[in-house]
Amino acid sequence: MSTATLSPEAAPLVAAAAVSNLKVTQGRVIRSEWIKFWSLRSTLITLATAVTLLIGIGLLASSMLNSGATGPGPEPGELGPVDASLAGITFAQLAFGTLGVLFMASEYSTGMIRSSLTAVPKRLPVLWAKIAVFAVVVLVIGLAASAAAFTGGQALIGDGAASWSDAGVVRAVVGSAVILAGSGVLGLALGALLRSTPAAISTLFGAMFLLSGVAQLLLPESWRDNVVQYLPSDAGSAFTSVSQGADALSPWVGLGVFVAYVAAVVVGGAWRLRRSDA
Amino acid sequence: MIEVHELTKRYGAKTAVDNLTFTVKPGIVTGFLGPNGAGKSTTMRLILGLDRPTSGTATINGRPYAEHTAPLKQVGALLDAKAVHTGRSAYHHLLAMAATTGVPRTRVDEVIDIVGLHEVARKRAGAFSLGMGQRLGIASALLADPEVLILDEPVNGLDPEGILWIRHLMRGLAEQGRTVFVSSHLMSEMALTAEHLVVVGRGKLIADVSVAEFIEQAAHDSVLVRSPRAVELHDLLAGPGVTVLSVERGAFEVTGLSAAKIGERAADAGIALHELTVQRPSLEEAFMELTRDAVEYQTVGAAA
Repeated sequence: MSTATLSPEAAPLVAAAAVSNLKVTQGRVIRSEWIKFWSLRSTLITLATAVTLLIGIGLLASSMLNSGATGPGPEPGELGPVDASLAGITFAQLAFGTLGVLFMASEYSTGMIRSSLTAVPKRLPVLWAKIAVFAVVVLVIGLAASAAAFTGGQALIGDGAASWSDAGVVRAVVGSAVILAGSGVLGLALGALLRSTPAAISTLFGAMFLLSGVAQLLLPESWRDNVVQYLPSDAGSAFTSVSQGADALSPWVGLGVFVAYVAAVVVGGAWRLRRSDA
Repeated sequence: MIEVHELTKRYGAKTAVDNLTFTVKPGIVTGFLGPNGAGKSTTMRLILGLDRPTSGTATINGRPYAEHTAPLKQVGALLDAKAVHTGRSAYHHLLAMAATTGVPRTRVDEVIDIVGLHEVARKRAGAFSLGMGQRLGIASALLADPEVLILDEPVNGLDPEGILWIRHLMRGLAEQGRTVFVSSHLMSEMALTAEHLVVVGRGKLIADVSVAEFIEQAAHDSVLVRSPRAVELHDLLAGPGVTVLSVERGAFEVTGLSAAKIGERAADAGIALHELTVQRPSLEEAFMELTRDAVEYQTVGAAA
Protein backbone atom coordinates (compact mmCIF):
# COMPACT_ATOMS: atom_id res chain seq x y z
CA MET A 1 0.00 0.00 0.00
CA SER A 2 2.81 2.37 -0.74
CA THR A 3 0.74 4.08 -3.41
CA ALA A 4 -2.18 4.93 -1.16
CA THR A 5 -1.33 6.85 1.93
CA LEU A 6 -3.65 8.74 4.15
CA SER A 7 -3.42 10.82 7.25
CA PRO A 8 -5.81 9.79 10.01
CA GLU A 9 -5.71 13.30 11.39
CA ALA A 10 -6.59 15.28 8.30
CA ALA A 11 -9.44 13.22 6.90
CA PRO A 12 -12.49 15.46 6.47
CA LEU A 13 -15.55 13.46 7.39
CA VAL A 14 -18.40 15.52 6.06
CA ALA A 15 -19.06 16.54 2.51
CA ALA A 16 -17.49 19.84 1.63
CA ALA A 17 -19.03 19.64 -1.83
CA ALA A 18 -22.70 20.53 -1.85
CA VAL A 19 -24.61 17.29 -1.59
CA SER A 20 -28.21 18.31 -2.03
CA ASN A 21 -31.20 17.57 -4.22
CA LEU A 22 -30.38 13.90 -3.96
CA LYS A 23 -32.90 11.52 -5.43
CA VAL A 24 -32.84 8.42 -7.62
CA THR A 25 -34.56 9.01 -10.96
CA GLN A 26 -34.79 6.81 -14.05
CA GLY A 27 -32.83 9.44 -16.00
CA ARG A 28 -30.02 9.39 -13.46
CA VAL A 29 -29.89 5.60 -13.48
CA ILE A 30 -29.59 5.74 -17.29
CA ARG A 31 -26.69 8.17 -16.89
CA SER A 32 -25.07 5.80 -14.42
CA GLU A 33 -25.41 2.86 -16.81
CA TRP A 34 -24.00 5.01 -19.62
CA ILE A 35 -20.91 5.65 -17.48
CA LYS A 36 -20.66 1.95 -16.61
CA PHE A 37 -20.98 0.90 -20.25
CA TRP A 38 -18.24 3.15 -21.65
CA SER A 39 -15.79 2.70 -18.75
CA LEU A 40 -14.92 -0.90 -19.65
CA ARG A 41 -12.28 -1.77 -22.19
CA SER A 42 -14.18 -4.93 -23.21
CA THR A 43 -17.00 -2.68 -24.49
CA LEU A 44 -14.82 -1.03 -27.10
CA ILE A 45 -13.20 -4.31 -28.15
CA THR A 46 -16.50 -6.10 -28.61
CA LEU A 47 -18.10 -3.18 -30.44
CA ALA A 48 -15.13 -3.01 -32.81
CA THR A 49 -15.36 -6.76 -33.38
CA ALA A 50 -19.07 -6.55 -34.17
CA VAL A 51 -18.60 -3.70 -36.64
CA THR A 52 -15.67 -5.47 -38.31
CA LEU A 53 -17.71 -8.66 -38.69
CA LEU A 54 -20.72 -6.82 -40.07
CA ILE A 55 -18.83 -4.79 -42.67
CA GLY A 56 -16.06 -7.33 -43.40
CA ILE A 57 -18.31 -10.31 -44.07
CA GLY A 58 -20.70 -8.09 -46.06
CA LEU A 59 -17.88 -6.92 -48.30
CA LEU A 60 -16.51 -10.45 -48.65
CA ALA A 61 -19.90 -11.87 -49.66
CA SER A 62 -20.41 -8.96 -52.06
CA SER A 63 -17.08 -9.51 -53.79
CA MET A 64 -17.83 -13.21 -54.19
CA LEU A 65 -21.21 -12.37 -55.65
CA ASN A 66 -19.49 -10.08 -58.11
CA SER A 67 -17.01 -12.69 -59.33
CA GLY A 68 -19.61 -15.39 -59.68
CA ALA A 69 -22.39 -13.21 -61.10
CA THR A 70 -23.63 -14.33 -64.48
CA GLY A 71 -27.22 -13.26 -64.96
CA PRO A 72 -29.02 -10.01 -64.22
CA GLY A 73 -30.89 -11.31 -61.16
CA PRO A 74 -30.18 -13.77 -58.36
CA GLU A 75 -31.02 -17.42 -58.85
CA PRO A 76 -33.56 -18.81 -56.41
CA GLY A 77 -31.85 -19.69 -53.17
CA GLU A 78 -28.90 -17.45 -53.98
CA LEU A 79 -28.13 -14.21 -52.24
CA GLY A 80 -29.20 -11.01 -53.95
CA PRO A 81 -26.92 -7.96 -53.86
CA VAL A 82 -28.64 -6.43 -50.82
CA ASP A 83 -28.61 -9.61 -48.76
CA ALA A 84 -25.01 -10.33 -49.73
CA SER A 85 -23.82 -6.94 -48.54
CA LEU A 86 -25.64 -7.51 -45.24
CA ALA A 87 -24.47 -11.12 -44.87
CA GLY A 88 -22.40 -10.22 -41.81
CA ILE A 89 -25.47 -9.61 -39.69
CA THR A 90 -25.61 -13.14 -38.24
CA PHE A 91 -22.09 -12.85 -36.86
CA ALA A 92 -22.54 -9.27 -35.72
CA GLN A 93 -25.71 -10.42 -33.95
CA LEU A 94 -23.68 -12.85 -31.88
CA ALA A 95 -21.04 -10.23 -31.07
CA PHE A 96 -23.62 -7.64 -29.98
CA GLY A 97 -25.55 -10.37 -28.17
CA THR A 98 -22.41 -11.38 -26.28
CA LEU A 99 -21.78 -7.76 -25.31
CA GLY A 100 -25.38 -7.58 -24.07
CA VAL A 101 -24.83 -10.70 -21.95
CA LEU A 102 -21.62 -9.26 -20.51
CA PHE A 103 -23.24 -5.91 -19.72
CA MET A 104 -25.68 -7.64 -17.36
CA ALA A 105 -24.12 -10.95 -16.29
CA SER A 106 -20.74 -9.43 -15.37
CA GLU A 107 -22.58 -7.50 -12.63
CA TYR A 108 -23.20 -10.87 -11.02
CA SER A 109 -19.82 -12.47 -11.73
CA THR A 110 -17.92 -9.51 -10.26
CA GLY A 111 -20.28 -8.72 -7.36
CA MET A 112 -21.00 -5.26 -8.79
CA ILE A 113 -24.71 -6.05 -8.67
CA ARG A 114 -24.68 -5.56 -4.88
CA SER A 115 -23.35 -2.03 -5.33
CA SER A 116 -25.81 -1.34 -8.15
CA LEU A 117 -28.82 -2.54 -6.18
CA THR A 118 -27.73 -0.77 -3.02
CA ALA A 119 -27.79 2.48 -5.00
CA VAL A 120 -31.07 1.57 -6.71
CA PRO A 121 -32.90 -0.80 -4.37
CA LYS A 122 -36.08 -0.68 -6.46
CA ARG A 123 -33.99 -2.74 -8.89
CA LEU A 124 -36.05 -2.59 -12.12
CA PRO A 125 -34.80 0.92 -13.07
CA VAL A 126 -31.34 -0.68 -13.41
CA LEU A 127 -32.61 -3.17 -16.00
CA TRP A 128 -34.60 -0.53 -17.93
CA ALA A 129 -31.57 1.78 -17.94
CA LYS A 130 -29.27 -0.97 -19.21
CA ILE A 131 -31.73 -1.86 -21.98
CA ALA A 132 -32.15 1.81 -22.98
CA VAL A 133 -28.40 2.51 -23.08
CA PHE A 134 -27.56 -0.68 -24.90
CA ALA A 135 -30.41 -0.58 -27.45
CA VAL A 136 -29.59 3.01 -28.43
CA VAL A 137 -25.85 2.36 -28.72
CA VAL A 138 -26.30 -0.78 -30.83
CA LEU A 139 -29.00 0.84 -32.97
CA VAL A 140 -26.79 3.80 -33.83
CA ILE A 141 -23.61 1.79 -34.40
CA GLY A 142 -25.52 -1.00 -36.16
CA LEU A 143 -27.21 1.50 -38.48
CA ALA A 144 -23.94 3.16 -39.43
CA ALA A 145 -22.23 -0.20 -39.96
CA SER A 146 -25.13 -1.66 -41.98
CA ALA A 147 -25.25 1.44 -44.17
CA ALA A 148 -21.49 1.23 -44.66
CA ALA A 149 -21.71 -2.49 -45.49
CA PHE A 150 -24.51 -1.90 -47.98
CA THR A 151 -22.81 1.06 -49.68
CA GLY A 152 -19.41 -0.64 -49.80
CA GLY A 153 -20.91 -3.94 -50.90
CA GLN A 154 -22.83 -2.39 -53.78
CA ALA A 155 -19.69 -0.58 -54.92
CA LEU A 156 -17.88 -3.94 -55.05
CA ILE A 157 -20.72 -5.66 -56.88
CA GLY A 158 -20.77 -3.01 -59.63
CA ASP A 159 -23.07 -4.36 -62.38
CA GLY A 160 -26.40 -5.51 -60.95
CA ALA A 161 -25.84 -3.66 -57.71
CA ALA A 162 -28.85 -2.44 -55.75
CA SER A 163 -29.41 1.19 -54.86
CA TRP A 164 -30.95 2.91 -51.83
CA SER A 165 -34.13 3.62 -53.83
CA ASP A 166 -34.80 -0.06 -54.62
CA ALA A 167 -37.78 -1.67 -52.96
CA GLY A 168 -37.03 -3.01 -49.49
CA VAL A 169 -33.46 -1.68 -49.29
CA VAL A 170 -34.07 0.94 -46.61
CA ARG A 171 -36.14 -1.56 -44.65
CA ALA A 172 -33.36 -4.16 -44.90
CA VAL A 173 -30.61 -1.75 -43.78
CA VAL A 174 -32.61 -0.15 -40.97
CA GLY A 175 -34.02 -3.58 -40.13
CA SER A 176 -30.50 -4.96 -39.71
CA ALA A 177 -29.80 -2.33 -37.07
CA VAL A 178 -33.11 -3.11 -35.36
CA ILE A 179 -32.41 -6.86 -35.31
CA LEU A 180 -28.89 -6.22 -34.01
CA ALA A 181 -30.25 -4.06 -31.19
CA GLY A 182 -32.88 -6.72 -30.51
CA SER A 183 -30.23 -9.45 -30.31
CA GLY A 184 -28.20 -7.28 -27.96
CA VAL A 185 -31.21 -6.77 -25.69
CA LEU A 186 -31.94 -10.50 -25.92
CA GLY A 187 -28.42 -11.21 -24.64
CA LEU A 188 -28.79 -8.63 -21.88
CA ALA A 189 -32.13 -10.09 -20.77
CA LEU A 190 -30.68 -13.62 -20.83
CA GLY A 191 -27.91 -12.31 -18.58
CA ALA A 192 -30.54 -10.99 -16.16
CA LEU A 193 -32.51 -14.22 -16.32
CA LEU A 194 -29.60 -16.68 -15.97
CA ARG A 195 -27.12 -14.46 -14.03
CA SER A 196 -24.22 -16.33 -15.58
CA THR A 197 -22.10 -15.27 -18.56
CA PRO A 198 -21.39 -18.80 -19.88
CA ALA A 199 -25.00 -19.96 -19.48
CA ALA A 200 -26.42 -16.84 -21.13
CA ILE A 201 -23.94 -16.91 -24.03
CA SER A 202 -24.55 -20.60 -24.77
CA THR A 203 -28.30 -20.08 -24.64
CA LEU A 204 -28.01 -17.09 -26.97
CA PHE A 205 -25.78 -18.93 -29.45
CA GLY A 206 -28.03 -21.97 -29.28
CA ALA A 207 -31.16 -19.94 -29.98
CA MET A 208 -29.67 -17.77 -32.72
CA PHE A 209 -27.29 -20.18 -34.43
CA LEU A 210 -28.06 -23.81 -33.72
CA LEU A 211 -31.80 -24.04 -33.20
CA SER A 212 -32.69 -23.41 -36.84
CA GLY A 213 -30.22 -25.98 -38.15
CA VAL A 214 -31.18 -28.62 -35.61
CA ALA A 215 -34.86 -28.10 -36.38
CA GLN A 216 -34.17 -28.48 -40.13
CA LEU A 217 -32.41 -31.73 -39.41
CA LEU A 218 -34.70 -33.35 -36.88
CA LEU A 219 -38.24 -32.24 -37.55
CA PRO A 220 -40.47 -34.28 -39.89
CA GLU A 221 -40.72 -32.68 -43.32
CA SER A 222 -44.48 -32.21 -43.18
CA TRP A 223 -44.39 -29.46 -40.56
CA ARG A 224 -40.73 -28.49 -40.55
CA ASP A 225 -41.21 -25.27 -42.55
CA ASN A 226 -44.11 -24.17 -40.39
CA VAL A 227 -41.98 -24.41 -37.29
CA VAL A 228 -38.64 -23.17 -38.57
CA GLN A 229 -39.96 -19.86 -39.87
CA TYR A 230 -41.06 -18.95 -36.34
CA LEU A 231 -37.65 -19.55 -34.75
CA PRO A 232 -35.94 -16.35 -33.53
CA SER A 233 -33.12 -16.35 -36.09
CA ASP A 234 -35.43 -17.06 -39.03
CA ALA A 235 -38.07 -14.57 -37.91
CA GLY A 236 -35.39 -11.92 -37.54
CA SER A 237 -33.82 -12.54 -40.92
CA ALA A 238 -37.25 -12.37 -42.57
CA PHE A 239 -37.23 -8.70 -41.59
CA THR A 240 -33.74 -7.97 -42.90
CA SER A 241 -33.95 -9.85 -46.23
CA VAL A 242 -35.04 -8.31 -49.48
CA SER A 243 -35.62 -11.58 -51.32
CA GLN A 244 -38.10 -13.63 -49.34
CA GLY A 245 -37.88 -17.39 -49.40
CA ALA A 246 -41.12 -19.26 -50.02
CA ASP A 247 -41.17 -20.65 -46.50
CA ALA A 248 -40.27 -17.41 -44.67
CA LEU A 249 -42.54 -15.06 -42.78
CA SER A 250 -43.36 -11.68 -44.29
CA PRO A 251 -40.95 -8.97 -43.03
CA TRP A 252 -43.31 -7.33 -40.56
CA VAL A 253 -44.65 -10.59 -39.16
CA GLY A 254 -41.02 -11.68 -38.82
CA LEU A 255 -40.21 -8.52 -36.85
CA GLY A 256 -43.27 -9.07 -34.66
CA VAL A 257 -42.27 -12.65 -33.84
CA PHE A 258 -38.67 -11.62 -33.13
CA VAL A 259 -39.73 -8.75 -30.85
CA ALA A 260 -42.09 -11.13 -29.02
CA TYR A 261 -39.18 -13.45 -28.23
CA VAL A 262 -37.06 -10.56 -26.94
CA ALA A 263 -39.95 -9.17 -24.89
CA ALA A 264 -40.65 -12.56 -23.32
CA VAL A 265 -37.04 -12.96 -22.17
CA VAL A 266 -36.98 -9.34 -20.89
CA VAL A 267 -40.08 -10.07 -18.80
CA GLY A 268 -38.39 -13.22 -17.46
CA GLY A 269 -35.22 -11.28 -16.63
CA ALA A 270 -37.17 -8.50 -14.91
CA TRP A 271 -39.06 -11.06 -12.87
CA ARG A 272 -35.87 -12.76 -11.70
CA LEU A 273 -34.18 -9.42 -10.88
CA ARG A 274 -37.18 -8.30 -8.84
CA ARG A 275 -37.84 -11.56 -7.04
CA SER A 276 -34.51 -13.24 -6.32
CA ASP A 277 -31.92 -12.41 -3.70
CA ALA A 278 -29.04 -10.48 -5.21
CA MET B 1 -31.55 4.58 13.41
CA ILE B 2 -31.83 0.97 12.28
CA GLU B 3 -34.71 -1.10 13.61
CA VAL B 4 -34.73 -4.84 13.09
CA HIS B 5 -37.88 -6.64 14.17
CA GLU B 6 -38.26 -10.43 14.37
CA LEU B 7 -36.09 -10.80 11.30
CA THR B 8 -35.71 -14.34 9.97
CA LYS B 9 -33.99 -15.67 6.86
CA ARG B 10 -33.96 -19.31 5.86
CA TYR B 11 -32.04 -20.81 2.96
CA GLY B 12 -33.72 -24.14 2.44
CA ALA B 13 -33.36 -26.04 5.70
CA LYS B 14 -30.66 -23.72 7.06
CA THR B 15 -31.74 -20.78 9.20
CA ALA B 16 -29.17 -18.03 8.71
CA VAL B 17 -30.96 -15.37 10.74
CA ASP B 18 -33.30 -16.49 13.48
CA ASN B 19 -35.89 -14.08 14.83
CA LEU B 20 -33.52 -11.16 15.43
CA THR B 21 -34.82 -8.02 17.10
CA PHE B 22 -32.58 -5.08 17.95
CA THR B 23 -32.22 -1.34 17.45
CA VAL B 24 -29.11 0.53 16.37
CA LYS B 25 -29.14 4.07 17.76
CA PRO B 26 -27.58 7.18 16.25
CA GLY B 27 -24.66 8.98 17.86
CA ILE B 28 -22.67 5.90 18.83
CA VAL B 29 -20.76 3.12 17.14
CA THR B 30 -22.64 -0.14 17.51
CA GLY B 31 -20.63 -3.30 17.06
CA PHE B 32 -22.27 -6.33 15.47
CA LEU B 33 -20.34 -9.21 16.88
CA GLY B 34 -20.40 -12.91 16.23
CA PRO B 35 -18.22 -15.75 15.01
CA ASN B 36 -17.92 -16.35 11.27
CA GLY B 37 -21.15 -17.76 9.90
CA ALA B 38 -23.28 -16.27 12.69
CA GLY B 39 -25.49 -14.44 10.19
CA LYS B 40 -23.97 -10.94 10.44
CA SER B 41 -23.55 -10.38 6.71
CA THR B 42 -26.95 -11.86 5.94
CA THR B 43 -28.58 -9.53 8.46
CA MET B 44 -26.88 -6.56 6.81
CA ARG B 45 -28.02 -7.72 3.36
CA LEU B 46 -31.57 -8.06 4.69
CA ILE B 47 -31.46 -4.52 6.11
CA LEU B 48 -30.42 -3.24 2.66
CA GLY B 49 -33.04 -5.26 0.82
CA LEU B 50 -30.46 -7.28 -1.13
CA ASP B 51 -32.01 -10.43 0.29
CA ARG B 52 -35.67 -10.86 0.98
CA PRO B 53 -36.47 -11.86 4.59
CA THR B 54 -38.43 -15.04 5.20
CA SER B 55 -40.30 -13.05 7.84
CA GLY B 56 -39.88 -9.93 9.93
CA THR B 57 -38.91 -6.39 9.00
CA ALA B 58 -35.92 -4.08 8.93
CA THR B 59 -36.24 -0.33 8.65
CA ILE B 60 -33.85 2.60 8.31
CA ASN B 61 -35.06 5.83 9.89
CA GLY B 62 -38.58 4.44 9.97
CA ARG B 63 -38.85 3.04 6.45
CA PRO B 64 -37.68 -0.03 4.56
CA TYR B 65 -34.44 0.85 2.77
CA ALA B 66 -35.91 0.52 -0.73
CA GLU B 67 -38.65 3.04 0.01
CA HIS B 68 -36.32 6.01 0.47
CA THR B 69 -36.08 8.44 -2.46
CA ALA B 70 -32.32 8.74 -2.08
CA PRO B 71 -31.16 5.44 -0.52
CA LEU B 72 -27.46 6.33 -0.70
CA LYS B 73 -28.17 9.48 1.30
CA GLN B 74 -29.79 7.32 4.00
CA VAL B 75 -27.26 4.53 4.19
CA GLY B 76 -23.66 4.18 3.14
CA ALA B 77 -22.81 0.51 3.03
CA LEU B 78 -19.60 -1.45 2.81
CA LEU B 79 -20.83 -4.99 2.27
CA ASP B 80 -17.77 -6.62 0.85
CA ALA B 81 -14.80 -5.17 -0.90
CA LYS B 82 -15.53 -7.18 -4.02
CA ALA B 83 -18.83 -5.48 -4.93
CA VAL B 84 -17.00 -3.75 -7.77
CA HIS B 85 -16.56 -4.57 -11.46
CA THR B 86 -12.93 -5.66 -11.75
CA GLY B 87 -12.49 -4.06 -15.17
CA ARG B 88 -13.59 -0.57 -14.16
CA SER B 89 -11.42 2.08 -12.53
CA ALA B 90 -12.14 3.17 -8.98
CA TYR B 91 -12.98 6.63 -10.30
CA HIS B 92 -15.56 5.40 -12.82
CA HIS B 93 -17.04 3.01 -10.28
CA LEU B 94 -17.67 5.89 -7.89
CA LEU B 95 -18.83 8.15 -10.72
CA ALA B 96 -21.43 5.60 -11.81
CA MET B 97 -22.62 5.07 -8.22
CA ALA B 98 -22.84 8.84 -7.68
CA ALA B 99 -24.77 9.38 -10.92
CA THR B 100 -27.73 7.24 -9.77
CA THR B 101 -28.56 9.71 -7.02
CA GLY B 102 -27.30 13.01 -8.45
CA VAL B 103 -24.19 13.22 -6.28
CA PRO B 104 -21.90 15.79 -7.99
CA ARG B 105 -18.57 14.86 -9.56
CA THR B 106 -16.70 17.10 -7.10
CA ARG B 107 -17.87 14.84 -4.27
CA VAL B 108 -16.42 11.82 -6.09
CA ASP B 109 -13.00 13.48 -6.10
CA GLU B 110 -13.50 14.40 -2.47
CA VAL B 111 -14.23 10.86 -1.22
CA ILE B 112 -11.27 9.55 -3.25
CA ASP B 113 -9.07 11.98 -1.31
CA ILE B 114 -10.70 11.10 2.02
CA VAL B 115 -9.84 7.41 1.66
CA GLY B 116 -6.42 8.13 0.16
CA LEU B 117 -6.90 6.45 -3.23
CA HIS B 118 -6.00 9.51 -5.27
CA GLU B 119 -2.97 8.02 -6.98
CA VAL B 120 -4.65 4.77 -8.02
CA ALA B 121 -8.15 6.09 -8.79
CA ARG B 122 -7.70 5.61 -12.54
CA LYS B 123 -6.43 2.04 -12.24
CA ARG B 124 -8.59 -1.05 -12.70
CA ALA B 125 -10.23 -2.03 -9.42
CA GLY B 126 -9.37 -5.66 -10.23
CA ALA B 127 -5.70 -4.89 -9.64
CA PHE B 128 -6.36 -3.50 -6.15
CA SER B 129 -5.12 -5.17 -2.99
CA LEU B 130 -7.66 -6.18 -0.35
CA GLY B 131 -6.87 -3.05 1.65
CA MET B 132 -7.31 -0.76 -1.36
CA GLY B 133 -10.58 -2.54 -2.15
CA GLN B 134 -11.77 -1.79 1.39
CA ARG B 135 -10.88 1.87 0.96
CA LEU B 136 -12.81 1.97 -2.31
CA GLY B 137 -15.79 0.40 -0.56
CA ILE B 138 -15.59 2.98 2.21
CA ALA B 139 -15.33 5.78 -0.38
CA SER B 140 -18.49 4.52 -2.01
CA ALA B 141 -20.23 4.31 1.39
CA LEU B 142 -19.38 7.97 2.10
CA LEU B 143 -20.45 9.25 -1.35
CA ALA B 144 -23.81 10.78 -0.50
CA ASP B 145 -22.85 11.84 3.04
CA PRO B 146 -25.22 9.28 4.62
CA GLU B 147 -26.92 9.38 8.01
CA VAL B 148 -26.41 5.67 8.61
CA LEU B 149 -23.29 3.63 7.95
CA ILE B 150 -23.37 -0.14 7.66
CA LEU B 151 -19.89 -1.59 7.48
CA ASP B 152 -19.26 -5.32 7.20
CA GLU B 153 -15.80 -6.18 8.58
CA PRO B 154 -14.24 -2.89 7.48
CA VAL B 155 -10.82 -3.55 9.00
CA ASN B 156 -10.37 -6.73 6.96
CA GLY B 157 -7.19 -6.47 4.94
CA LEU B 158 -6.26 -3.01 6.18
CA ASP B 159 -2.74 -2.30 7.36
CA PRO B 160 -2.23 -0.97 10.93
CA GLU B 161 -2.33 2.61 9.68
CA GLY B 162 -5.58 1.90 7.84
CA ILE B 163 -7.11 0.24 10.92
CA LEU B 164 -6.30 3.27 13.03
CA TRP B 165 -7.82 5.50 10.37
CA ILE B 166 -11.06 3.52 10.11
CA ARG B 167 -11.51 3.56 13.92
CA HIS B 168 -11.01 7.30 13.91
CA LEU B 169 -13.41 7.67 11.00
CA MET B 170 -16.17 5.59 12.60
CA ARG B 171 -15.96 7.43 15.92
CA GLY B 172 -15.92 10.77 14.13
CA LEU B 173 -19.01 9.86 12.11
CA ALA B 174 -20.84 8.74 15.26
CA GLU B 175 -19.88 11.94 17.08
CA GLN B 176 -21.57 13.88 14.30
CA GLY B 177 -24.80 12.12 15.30
CA ARG B 178 -24.78 9.44 12.63
CA THR B 179 -25.71 5.82 13.14
CA VAL B 180 -22.69 3.56 12.74
CA PHE B 181 -23.28 -0.20 12.61
CA VAL B 182 -20.12 -2.21 12.15
CA SER B 183 -19.65 -5.96 12.12
CA SER B 184 -16.63 -7.87 13.30
CA HIS B 185 -15.68 -11.30 14.53
CA LEU B 186 -13.01 -9.78 16.77
CA MET B 187 -14.12 -8.71 20.25
CA SER B 188 -10.86 -6.87 20.83
CA GLU B 189 -11.49 -4.68 17.79
CA MET B 190 -15.01 -3.86 18.97
CA ALA B 191 -13.82 -3.06 22.49
CA LEU B 192 -11.69 -0.33 20.95
CA THR B 193 -14.30 1.18 18.63
CA ALA B 194 -17.81 0.40 19.75
CA GLU B 195 -19.90 1.71 22.61
CA HIS B 196 -22.70 -0.75 22.20
CA LEU B 197 -22.72 -4.39 21.16
CA VAL B 198 -25.21 -6.61 19.39
CA VAL B 199 -23.87 -10.15 19.72
CA VAL B 200 -25.19 -13.00 17.59
CA GLY B 201 -24.43 -16.70 17.29
CA ARG B 202 -26.00 -19.08 14.79
CA GLY B 203 -28.37 -16.36 13.68
CA LYS B 204 -29.77 -15.80 17.17
CA LEU B 205 -29.41 -12.75 19.39
CA ILE B 206 -27.09 -13.51 22.32
CA ALA B 207 -26.58 -10.09 23.84
CA ASP B 208 -27.62 -6.49 23.26
CA VAL B 209 -25.51 -4.57 25.78
CA SER B 210 -23.15 -1.66 26.16
CA VAL B 211 -19.47 -2.52 25.83
CA ALA B 212 -18.89 -1.40 29.45
CA GLU B 213 -21.59 -3.76 30.71
CA PHE B 214 -20.28 -6.59 28.60
CA ILE B 215 -16.77 -6.19 29.97
CA GLU B 216 -18.07 -6.04 33.54
CA GLN B 217 -20.12 -9.20 33.05
CA ALA B 218 -17.24 -10.94 31.42
CA ALA B 219 -14.67 -10.00 34.05
CA HIS B 220 -15.14 -12.86 36.49
CA ASP B 221 -11.65 -12.83 37.96
CA SER B 222 -10.25 -15.94 39.46
CA VAL B 223 -7.17 -16.34 41.63
CA LEU B 224 -4.62 -19.09 41.27
CA VAL B 225 -3.30 -20.17 44.64
CA ARG B 226 -0.29 -22.43 45.20
CA SER B 227 0.68 -23.60 48.64
CA PRO B 228 2.47 -26.57 50.29
CA ARG B 229 -0.54 -26.86 52.64
CA ALA B 230 -3.14 -26.62 49.94
CA VAL B 231 -5.66 -28.96 51.53
CA GLU B 232 -5.82 -26.97 54.76
CA LEU B 233 -6.05 -23.69 52.92
CA HIS B 234 -8.75 -25.17 50.69
CA ASP B 235 -11.00 -25.79 53.72
CA LEU B 236 -10.15 -22.39 55.16
CA LEU B 237 -11.33 -20.53 52.07
CA ALA B 238 -14.53 -22.48 51.41
CA GLY B 239 -17.74 -20.62 52.12
CA PRO B 240 -20.91 -19.29 50.50
CA GLY B 241 -20.32 -17.63 47.11
CA VAL B 242 -16.84 -19.02 46.82
CA THR B 243 -15.80 -21.76 44.45
CA VAL B 244 -12.54 -23.55 44.83
CA LEU B 245 -11.34 -25.71 41.99
CA SER B 246 -8.31 -27.96 42.23
CA VAL B 247 -5.94 -27.45 39.34
CA GLU B 248 -3.16 -29.82 40.26
CA ARG B 249 -1.51 -31.12 43.41
CA GLY B 250 -0.77 -28.13 45.62
CA ALA B 251 -2.66 -25.60 43.48
CA PHE B 252 -6.27 -24.47 43.07
CA GLU B 253 -8.32 -21.74 41.49
CA VAL B 254 -10.58 -19.55 43.61
CA THR B 255 -13.46 -17.42 42.39
CA GLY B 256 -15.50 -15.19 44.70
CA LEU B 257 -12.64 -14.07 46.88
CA SER B 258 -10.11 -11.36 46.15
CA ALA B 259 -6.39 -12.12 46.15
CA ALA B 260 -6.00 -9.80 49.18
CA LYS B 261 -8.56 -11.74 51.22
CA ILE B 262 -6.95 -15.07 50.37
CA GLY B 263 -3.52 -13.74 51.36
CA GLU B 264 -4.80 -12.39 54.68
CA ARG B 265 -6.54 -15.64 55.64
CA ALA B 266 -3.47 -17.64 54.78
CA ALA B 267 -1.30 -15.33 56.88
CA ASP B 268 -3.72 -15.56 59.84
CA ALA B 269 -3.48 -19.33 59.73
CA GLY B 270 0.29 -19.22 59.26
CA ILE B 271 0.11 -20.98 55.89
CA ALA B 272 2.83 -20.16 53.40
CA LEU B 273 1.82 -19.22 49.85
CA HIS B 274 4.03 -20.07 46.87
CA GLU B 275 1.85 -18.33 44.34
CA LEU B 276 -1.08 -15.93 44.33
CA THR B 277 -2.03 -14.84 40.80
CA VAL B 278 -5.11 -12.95 39.62
CA GLN B 279 -6.37 -14.47 36.36
CA ARG B 280 -8.46 -12.17 34.17
CA PRO B 281 -10.08 -13.66 31.07
CA SER B 282 -9.46 -11.61 27.94
CA LEU B 283 -12.41 -10.06 26.18
CA GLU B 284 -11.81 -12.50 23.37
CA GLU B 285 -12.17 -15.42 25.79
CA ALA B 286 -15.27 -13.91 27.33
CA PHE B 287 -16.80 -13.46 23.90
CA MET B 288 -15.93 -17.01 22.86
CA GLU B 289 -17.40 -18.34 26.09
CA LEU B 290 -20.61 -16.46 25.38
CA THR B 291 -20.95 -17.63 21.79
CA ARG B 292 -19.88 -21.19 22.57
CA ASP B 293 -22.74 -21.42 25.07
CA ALA B 294 -25.13 -20.25 22.39
CA VAL B 295 -23.85 -22.79 19.94
CA GLU B 296 -24.15 -25.62 22.47
CA TYR B 297 -27.59 -24.51 23.48
CA GLN B 298 -28.53 -24.46 19.82
CA THR B 299 -27.27 -28.00 19.25
CA VAL B 300 -29.09 -29.38 22.27
CA GLY B 301 -32.23 -27.55 21.25
CA ALA B 302 -32.10 -29.00 17.77
CA ALA B 303 -31.62 -32.54 19.07
CA ALA B 304 -34.49 -32.35 21.55
